[in-house]
Amino acid sequence: MIDPARHPRAARFTAMMLKETRQILRDPSTFLIAFVLPVMLLFLMGYGVNLDATSTRVGMAVEDDSGAAGSLAGTFAASRYFDVVETGSVQELGDRMVAGDIRAIIVIPQQFGREVAAGGGEIQVITDGALPNTASFVAGQAEGVRATWAAQRASDHGMAVAPPIDVLSRFWFNPALASRNFLVPGAIAIVMTMIGSLLTALVVAREWERGTLEALMATPIGMGEFLLTKIVPYFALGIVSMTLCTLLAIFLFGVPFRGSVFALFAIAAVYLVPALGQGLLISSALKNQFVASQVALLTAFLPTMLLSGFVFEIASMPKLLQALTYIVPARYLIPQIQTVFLAGDDWGLFAPNMAILLGFGAVLFGLCVRSTRRRIA
Amino acid sequence: MSLRWPRFLPKSLIGPRLRAIFRKELLAVLRDPRARLILVTPPLIQFFLFSFASTMEVTNIRIGVLDLDGGQWSREIVERIEGSPNVREVRVMRSDAALEKAIDRQDVIAVLRFGPEFSADVDAGRPAAFGAVYDGRRSNAAQIVSSYMQRIVGDVSPATPRGSAIAARLDGRGSGTTVRNWFNPNLDYIWFVMPALIAIIAAVSSIAVVSQSVARERELGTLDQLLVSPLRTHEILIGKMFPPIVVGLFNVTLFVILTPLVFGVPLTGSLPLFYLSLVFYLLALTGIGMLISVVSATQQQAFLGMFALTVPMIILSGYASPVDNMPGWLQAITWLNPPTWFLVVSEGTFLKAMPASDVLSNTWPLAVQAVLSLWAASALFRSRME
Repeated sequence: MIDPARHPRAARFTAMMLKETRQILRDPSTFLIAFVLPVMLLFLMGYGVNLDATSTRVGMAVEDDSGAAGSLAGTFAASRYFDVVETGSVQELGDRMVAGDIRAIIVIPQQFGREVAAGGGEIQVITDGALPNTASFVAGQAEGVRATWAAQRASDHGMAVAPPIDVLSRFWFNPALASRNFLVPGAIAIVMTMIGSLLTALVVAREWERGTLEALMATPIGMGEFLLTKIVPYFALGIVSMTLCTLLAIFLFGVPFRGSVFALFAIAAVYLVPALGQGLLISSALKNQFVASQVALLTAFLPTMLLSGFVFEIASMPKLLQALTYIVPARYLIPQIQTVFLAGDDWGLFAPNMAILLGFGAVLFGLCVRSTRRRIA
Repeated sequence: MSLRWPRFLPKSLIGPRLRAIFRKELLAVLRDPRARLILVTPPLIQFFLFSFASTMEVTNIRIGVLDLDGGQWSREIVERIEGSPNVREVRVMRSDAALEKAIDRQDVIAVLRFGPEFSADVDAGRPAAFGAVYDGRRSNAAQIVSSYMQRIVGDVSPATPRGSAIAARLDGRGSGTTVRNWFNPNLDYIWFVMPALIAIIAAVSSIAVVSQSVARERELGTLDQLLVSPLRTHEILIGKMFPPIVVGLFNVTLFVILTPLVFGVPLTGSLPLFYLSLVFYLLALTGIGMLISVVSATQQQAFLGMFALTVPMIILSGYASPVDNMPGWLQAITWLNPPTWFLVVSEGTFLKAMPASDVLSNTWPLAVQAVLSLWAASALFRSRME
């Protein structure tokens, strides 16, 4: 231990840190938010949220009895994109679609065989527009299955069918287009927000509520020292939880990690500065646990989910909402964390975002010191 | 603040003890002005945030073009892209290195690369191709942009020599796929979001209210006072169920009115059926919230329990991504998730004019969940009293 007689400041600081760390480790809510919830969130994002419709349940209405119609229907049944659960008339299948049992009806109309014989062949897809995302995926995949079938048939008959203009698409960083690869790193951003803002706001507000912080302020400890003893343990907790999530992401969910470990830790550490600043500010500005927790949910958790560009494209939002995203710290984290996982180190992208986050941190801590001073006075 | 029994309801509807506890519970929730604010403000903020932020359209796109061809057909395609309402800017790239950097830095979401022979191929009637590189880090947006590109190419193709040759051979006969979208012809994403949001807001607000109820009284010590009163246990619990159901009905009704008015979402189904299903939904949510509240010793624990439960409830509801896409074991878990069922009813009532049989087949699981969770909560409450 440090000798208090020789280094009073250092001894005081170590004692305080020890107290804070013990307090955090003893509290079951810390364990819940820092470890149980992150792991749960990662599992839900990894298994539960899947934006890639892999096998959509559809009905088939084959109104034509030609060989071509039968052959195409067989191709749909064998396709891994479709799970043909029922065949029947459009009307019968329509009722199933209202019930939500199927998501689309693929119609092979009466004149299909004759059209195919003449080198054409048109099918119809009726989608369940109540799920717009699935609907547009299904329409695209149905056209894909039809086009592949038509090309195969034409080449069997020795006809060239290449379209006039073809687009050779390549998706960098995520060639298989697995939504998991951007959802799981995004979940890590949410986890750090939960620890930095939600947990800190909740726990520190309780101390204000109970008056234990006023008791601490009566000791010779300085304001900066005091805030630092609150920050350091939660900072460490955030880093530990982030590390746990990253290991799960890489080894359980197989998300590629192409950047450096150093860059990942730097990104996480920088993001925790404004996140903790926000949590401390909420707790010292509001006296009450319930209100603090609701405010933390509304100002930290929700914006990180909705306004960070994690799920929804910022550029597509209305102007007012786009302007709002500039004050959401997670907006500057999401591109960094997606890049460090999927693309690799790119300090040209990291550095400006980090600078902005540190700027946020400075402002939030400034406000924090002011609001704490006022509360003591 | 004073609360009176509404005149239009006969007093004999329920006994005097229940009337008293209903009044007490409603006062407990509505008395504190800050708490009143917390009940109504977050749902309204969420209403506007979710509705405007959740968009699956991709607009204001920036696209890079590396045109080594410079001929008629590459210019034609680029002009059409520039004219698209979804595209904000087309950036001209000079080299492959610039292309790579623009994607890496996320300056553009896609770059099109036309080779030097492109227009010559098109003019000669040979199959022509150009490359498109997308930023797969935003794989969802990239896929949507890719479908926009396909559409533009599809529009240009018929005008090419090869395209007109194919058209001549077909001679007006159909080819390809025509798509019709039922229930939501233009695939307006907000038509999906708002009915889903109704299910979610009801869950968030009613669970938040009920999870605090028993826990707060336990922390403040007033639970013991309640227990020594002449009220029976089941009356206490029924009293606690009252405010979340009132709050849930209030919020949902507000949203059912706002959704068609503000966002033009059609309301095609039967409202009485919707409210019938809603009551069972709110009972199931109240049961779950009550379980949290009975288990928690403090308000903080109740808050954390609520948070730990509502986040997965929302993620598994079918709002974040379709339940169909989840692995089988997770789909089995969603059977126990009230929002999964009510989301179907809500979407069906708004968009699909859902018939009674379909509404009821999505409502009876909610009734089962309500009975089970309320029974478990009251059993736990009794056993924790002893």
